[in-house]
Amino acid sequence: MKILVAVKRVIDYNVQIRVKEDGSGVVTDNVKMSTNPPDDNAIEEAVKIKEAGKAKEIVAITIGEEKAQETVRKALAVGADRGIHVKVDNVIEPLAVSKILKKIVEKENPDLVFMGKQAIDDDCNQTGQMLAALLNWPQATFASKIEVKDNVLEVTREIDEGLETIEVNVPAIVTCDLRLNEPRYASLPNIMKAKKKPIEQINASDLGVDINPRIEQIKVEEPPKRKAGIKVASVEELVQKLKNEAKVI
Amino acid sequence: MSVLLIAEHNNKEVRPFTYNAITAASKINEDLHILVLGHQADDVAKSLSEVPNVKKVIHVDNEIYENYTAENYTSAIVKHAENYSHIVSSANTFGKNLMPRIAALLDTSQVSDIIKVISEDTFLRPIYAGNAFATVKSNDKKKCVTIRPTSFDAADKSGGSAEITKSDPAEASLSTKFLKKEEVKSDRPELGTARIVISGGRGMQNGENFKLISDIADKLNAAIGASRAAVDAGYITNDHQVGQTGKVVVPDLYIAVGISGAIQHLAGMKESKVIVAINKDGEAPIFSVADYGLEADLFEALPQFLSELNKLNTIQK
Repeated sequence: MKILVAVKRVIDYNVQIRVKEDGSGVVTDNVKMSTNPPDDNAIEEAVKIKEAGKAKEIVAITIGEEKAQETVRKALAVGADRGIHVKVDNVIEPLAVSKILKKIVEKENPDLVFMGKQAIDDDCNQTGQMLAALLNWPQATFASKIEVKDNVLEVTREIDEGLETIEVNVPAIVTCDLRLNEPRYASLPNIMKAKKKPIEQINASDLGVDINPRIEQIKVEEPPKRKAGIKVASVEELVQKLKNEAKVI
Repeated sequence: MSVLLIAEHNNKEVRPFTYNAITAASKINEDLHILVLGHQADDVAKSLSEVPNVKKVIHVDNEIYENYTAENYTSAIVKHAENYSHIVSSANTFGKNLMPRIAALLDTSQVSDIIKVISEDTFLRPIYAGNAFATVKSNDKKKCVTIRPTSFDAADKSGGSAEITKSDPAEASLSTKFLKKEEVKSDRPELGTARIVISGGRGMQNGENFKLISDIADKLNAAIGASRAAVDAGYITNDHQVGQTGKVVVPDLYIAVGISGAIQHLAGMKESKVIVAINKDGEAPIFSVADYGLEADLFEALPQFLSELNKLNTIQK
C-alpha cells in the first residue's frame, strides 16, 4: 500500500497570536512556525502502518510558500520516504487545496490519504472531506483508531456523543484526531538522513486548477476582551459571590 | 433565495444543536427549509415542522439513512441543493464531517463555524482557536455554511405548522459501512447545552478524583467537562473534552478545576457568562479569563465547595 500524507505549516500552537493593526490578518513575520499538530498524528500513523509491514511507501506533501518545505522535511525525518512541495504564493482556501491534492492523487495513485482533521490557523476542518468528495472516495474523519484490514479500514471516529466505528473501502481519506497516536520525535541521524531524501517541487500554476479565492476576508480583529475578574480568598466567599453577586447558583 | 438546513437526529429525536442552527439559518433568510434524511424518522420531521421559523420540511425516508454517513447524506443533499442559495448545518462533528463534502461537489468554498450572520453573504467566524475574529464575505453563488451552535439561541420548538413533503432517496454509497456507535449515556445535562459546566484538568491527577467533580455536578445539575490534558491522560472519556478540538461551551457558569488554561482549552470556554477558576498555581493563565479565581489546592477546595453548596437553602437548577 502507498500512503500520501498532507501536512501544513502553521503558527506554532504555543504562540499567542497577534492581530495586525490594519485588520488585514495576524502577524506571521518572525513568529515560530511548525507542522499543524494533527498532521503530525497523520504522519505518525502512516509510519506505524509501514512499520507493521502494511504499507510500502509514504509520500509527504505540503502546499505553500518556499518555507513550507520544512514540514515535509520533518515528515521525512520521522519516516516518510519522499516529499512533494506544491508551491503557491498566497494563502489558498481548502477547496483549492483539495483540488491540488486531487491532481497529485491522480498522479501518485496512493491507496490512502491521511491528514490532520483541522488546521489550527484557519480552523476550517474541510480539506479531507472535500478531497474525498472530489475523488468520490469514502472518508473517515476525526479518527482516533485505525485498523488496516484486507482492502478495508476500520476506523474509530471521535464524535459528539462518544465514539463511532465505520468501515471504509480502500482507497480512502482519513483525517486524524490528536488522540490517534503519540507522534515521535525525529532522531538526529534520521534528521540527517532526511536531508538526502528527495522533495519534488511543483508549481501550483502548472496543475491547471482554479485556486482563486472565493471568500473575501474583510477584516480580522481581536475578540472582545473579558473584563478582569477578582481573586476570592476562600470557598465561602466564592459560593457567596456566585449566589448573591453573579446569581448563577 | 431559500436556505436548506440539514437536520441532525437519531430517527426518534432532533439533536439539540439543530435548533440553534435554525435560529442562525433563519437570520440568513426567512425562507428556511429543513431536510430530514432518516429511517422511520416521522417524529423528527413532525417536531421540526412545529418550529415556528421553519417554512417547510422535506422528509426522505429510507433504510440507507438509518445511520448517518457523510457519503449517503451528501448525494441526497446535492440532489436538493439546486433550489437553494444556502446549505447550512451545525458546526459540531455532524456538520463538520458532512458540509465540506457537499461544498466540494457544489464547487463552493465553505464558510465554517460562523458565530454571527452579518448579511446573507457575510459572516463572522473565529480563527486561531478564537484568538481572532474574521469577517468574511462569500462570493460563491451557492453558499455552504456551518454554524457554531453555542453562539445562537435555540429556536422555539412549538407554535409552527410547516408543510412536510416526502422526497426520494439518492443512490446509496457502498464504500462506507456504519459498524457501531458507543454513546456515553448520562443522566446529566449535555455538555454543549448545560447551564452549568464543571471541568477538571491535569490537576485532578487521576480518574477516580473526578468523583470530587461529579459530586458537585450532581448538586448543581451541571455537565462535566475536561481539558485535553485530562482526556489524553485517560482520566475521562473524549466526549467530555472542552476546547479548540473538543466542544465549545457557553454556559451561564463554567467552573475550571485544576486546569492551567492552555490556549486550546480557553478557545472552548472563554465565552461562558461567568467563569470560576480553582487552581493552586496563582500564575495559571486560566485566572486571566476568570471572573472569580480561587488560588487553592483543589483537593481541599472541592469538598469545601460541596459542603458550602449543601448549606444553601436553594440552588437554581
